[in-house]
Order: sequence, then C-alpha cells, then structure tokens
Amino acid sequence: MGAARPPAGGIRVNATGESGAADQPVVRLTGVGKTFGAMDAPVVALADINLEIGRGEFVSLIGPSGCGKSTLLRLIGDLTDATDGSVEVNGKPARRARLDRDYGMVFQSPVLFDWRTVEDNVRLPLELFGHDRASQDRRASEMLELVGLTEFAKRHPYELSGGMQQRVAIARALAFSPSLLLMDEPFGALDEMTRERMNSEVLSIWERTGITVVFVTHSIPEAVFLSSRVAVMSARPGRVTRIVEVDLPRPRGLETRESPRYFNLIIEVREALRAGDRAGAASEATLASPERTAAEGGIG
Amino acid sequence: MTVQTARPRRTILRRIVSFLVFIVAVLVVWEAFKLLAGDPIFVDGEKIWDPPLTVWLATDVNLPHTWVIWNRTLAPVTSGAKESLGGYLIGQAVFTMRESLTGFAIGGVLGIALATLFVHFRLIERAFVPYVVASQTIPIIALAPLIMFFTGHNVSSVIIIATYLCFFPVTIAMLRGLRSPDPRALELMRSYAASRRAVLWKVRFPASLPYLFTALKITATASIVGAIVGEGPGGMQEGLGRALMFFSQQYAISPEKLWASIFVTAGLGILFYLAVVGAEQWVLRGRPQAAFG
Repeated sequence: MGAARPPAGGIRVNATGESGAADQPVVRLTGVGKTFGAMDAPVVALADINLEIGRGEFVSLIGPSGCGKSTLLRLIGDLTDATDGSVEVNGKPARRARLDRDYGMVFQSPVLFDWRTVEDNVRLPLELFGHDRASQDRRASEMLELVGLTEFAKRHPYELSGGMQQRVAIARALAFSPSLLLMDEPFGALDEMTRERMNSEVLSIWERTGITVVFVTHSIPEAVFLSSRVAVMSARPGRVTRIVEVDLPRPRGLETRESPRYFNLIIEVREALRAGDRAGAASEATLASPERTAAEGGIG
Repeated sequence: MTVQTARPRRTILRRIVSFLVFIVAVLVVWEAFKLLAGDPIFVDGEKIWDPPLTVWLATDVNLPHTWVIWNRTLAPVTSGAKESLGGYLIGQAVFTMRESLTGFAIGGVLGIALATLFVHFRLIERAFVPYVVASQTIPIIALAPLIMFFTGHNVSSVIIIATYLCFFPVTIAMLRGLRSPDPRALELMRSYAASRRAVLWKVRFPASLPYLFTALKITATASIVGAIVGEGPGGMQEGLGRALMFFSQQYAISPEKLWASIFVTAGLGILFYLAVVGAEQWVLRGRPQAAFG
C-alpha cells in the first residue's frame, strides 16, 4: 500500500460497492509474458512479470524504450492479450474488468474529438454507459472543476493548449468513477514546465479521489515525484528488475523537488535502470523494438 | 493557439461579391471578343461598328451577343407559344433537378451503406471493391442505352444513371473517412467496452463527415450530368437533356436557344453545389477549418 496520504475528501471518484475486499490488490500480474510476431520469428516483449498493486497506490512503470512498459499497461487494460500468465484487475480477469469498466485510460496524445465540446468529450463515456442526461451534466461539470477547466466547458479541444487538452482527457477518464487509472506517458509530449505543473495536478487529483494509478513514464524525476512505488524495467525481454519504494512525505510539492531524499531516490532509480540495462545488454538481440511493434500492430 | 472557427458573415459576403465579379468579367471578355473579332453591329439597319478582325468562333452564329441570348429567353419558346423560352427552361430544370436530386440521394445512401459494410467486414470489402471500381471504368454514355433498354424510357432509368455516377465517389470517400479515426480513439472506445454500433455512431461517422461532404460536392454536379445524359440519348420528352438535344439541332437557326439552355444547366449545377456547401458549413460548424476540400 502507498505511503501515508491525506484522507480522500471533496470529490468522490471511486464507485461504492466495488467488487473484492478492500485489501485485495487492484492489479495482480502473475508470470505475465507477451510474445509478438509469427511462430517462426517470435519477439519476446515481456517475460515473467510479477507485480501487485494495492488499492490507492500510485505505481510508475519506468524503463528504456522498448522495455514493454506500454505493452504492460495495455495488458492491464485488456487492450492486448497476454501470451503467458494471468492479469487480474479487482480480482477478475482483465477482460472482465474492462467489460465492467473498471479503469479509465489516458494516452500520450489526448485523443479528444474535435466535433465535441470539452464538456461533451468528458461526457462521452457516460453517454456510452447510458447515464441519464442530468447526471451526465452534473458529472461532467464536477470533473471539469476537478481539473480546473470549468470556464472552457463550451470550447472545442483544438482551442486549448496541449496541457489543457490532457487535463480534459484525465477528466474524461475519471468521469465514470473507475477504481483504476491507467496513464501511458500522459505528459511525454509536454514541455518541462507544463509537465511539472501537470504532475502536481495529478497528485492533487489522486489525493482527493483515492484512485489507484498505474503510470508509464520514461522520466525519472516524474516517476519519483509522483509514485508510492517505482517499478524499474529492463528491455529484451522486458521484465521488472527492481521496485523502488518512494517514501517521500506527502503532500508533495516544490519543496519535495528540492529535498535531498528526492535526489537520492532519483539516483537510486537511475542506478536500477543502469543495472537492468547492463543485464539486458548481455542478451541484446538484433530484433526490432517490441514496443514499436506493439504500437504499429495495434488495432486498426 | 486559438483557431478561427466561426466563419464571419463578411467572408460569405466577400464570396458572393467575388462570384458576381467573376460573372461580370466573363460577360466583359465575351463582348470584348465580339467587338474585336465578331460580326458588324447594326442598329436600325445602320452599321455602327465594324470589328477589325474576323474570327470564325466569334460570329453571331457561334457566339451570340449576351443581350441577344437574354432577350431570347423572354421571347416565346416557339413562335406562337404562350410560354417564354426562360420559363420553359426553368420548368425543364425543375424536372431534371428532381431526377438528379433523387439519384444524388440514393447514390449517397448507397455509398454510405457500402462503405459502412466494407469497413466492418474486410472479406466483403476484398470481394466487392474491385467490382465497384471496375463499374466506374465503363463510360456512362455506353451504359445509358443499356439501362434504357432494360427499364424503358422513363424517369426511373434516368435516376438509375444519376445514382450510378453518384455512389462511387461517396463509397470511396466514406471508406476513407470511416477509417480516419486515430487508432488510439478506437482503443479508447475499446477501454469503454463500447459496441461496434457505438464506435460507428460516436467516432467513425462524425470523423467521416468532412470526407463525405467532399464527395457530395462532386456528386452534386455529377448527378446533373447523369440526369442529362439519361434524358438526352434516352429519348425523354422532358428535362434539360431533352432541351439541350433539341436546341442543338436548331443551332444553325437560333443558337441563342442552346446558349440559354447551357446557362440554365450551369446555373442548376452551381445552385446544387452551393446547397451542398451550405449544408457542409452548417453540419461542420465548430470544427477546425483545416483541409476540408
């Protein structure tokens, strides 16, 4: 479970009556492996991943490009199938959890629909889930308030900056009160200043809502600043080589980024990445990056 | 960062003005050519202008004066008839428009339906798209008599020809439009466990609309061509196609009749095209202005 955190207050995001006991892990990966490609030329993207993520945790997946961190996230979301092992979300197979709409997803690009206003983009999952109009309205305005975009409700996505668009995507992911939030390098395309501001906002949302977050990133400072635990991955085949517990006090803010402990943890993660890289280099194959394969061979 | 969305009223006004300027320019060039190289101009039997050059194309038979054409539209269609040529042509235009509108609508619906089918069933797409493409390599002129032979010389065969010209651009553009959403958008819908129907209505159809309108702008005019081709060689007793056929036979005697028919036909095409543009502006309001054909 995560380090000490303030009690969730204000806006409720998690649905009541969730399946499973409170101490049951939200995500449980057991011996998970993923192999891409044809039988005669397989590419092992992930091998023997074992990871449990408890309720209310903020776990980052970090690793070099091609280590399969995005693939791992997509496995949790049942956007692709595991070839080995089992992926459980809220004690159910990942597919069941997806069909039960247990998680919200935020991609690197905001994936907003230009023909819908900001408000209507946030409303989209609620429309699909058959919520009535009044509760859609209420929920959309709550979520826009949560991400601080109330005054942009009637605007169109292309009128917003990249950071604001990503906030809309977060509001949309949270709109239907999922118990899990999956974020795939959500701030990778933003400039450094915006990224730091977005990090603080995500933390504040996490603290207020009590949602469980799995966060893919390739930024070490971002992973350390946000997470309760950082899962360090290595490439070829992708595996979790180390888990770094982040014991920085919460709430975290500017002073966190300037504390010695923060820098020590950054060094720790960096060394864990290097160690994994050395181990991986030994078995380095000449095969193409599996992560690229995943992106290009995705659903069409 | 902000993108201009609302098309200001001034822009529409500017478009109308530039269109009128274009019309005036055409008339000026037309008459200037006549003054330079046409037949001598007589007023009350007296020659008031003798052009310095003589070009066969600019003679009164080949290129009548614009005012002569205009005056002819106000005169009776045939000597002794009650109806003026203009009134007659407008009546025929309405008849042709009904046919082409029907073909446009059926072709559009057929194109959308085919594209929707193809996008959901790869196998059907692989099996049928080559034939859809091949169907367009047969010239309509060659096909028209055949269709007439099968369905008879009536409105339905004209509508079939107009439909035939319309469904193809819509099918191809819609197929592209329905495939245009970002793969991430489809993954997002998958994460919501959205049904295929929901993906179609919430993502694919809205994303395809700019593509659809590009195709409809083409088929708006193609449907008129189809209707006229159907009416002319099809031996219809009504419609602009019939008027164009008939008046081209009388060209040596009164070229103004054919010219007036051509202008009315062109006007119908422009009207139809503008109606589609208007619908596009309304349907796609609030979207970024990028790259809409």
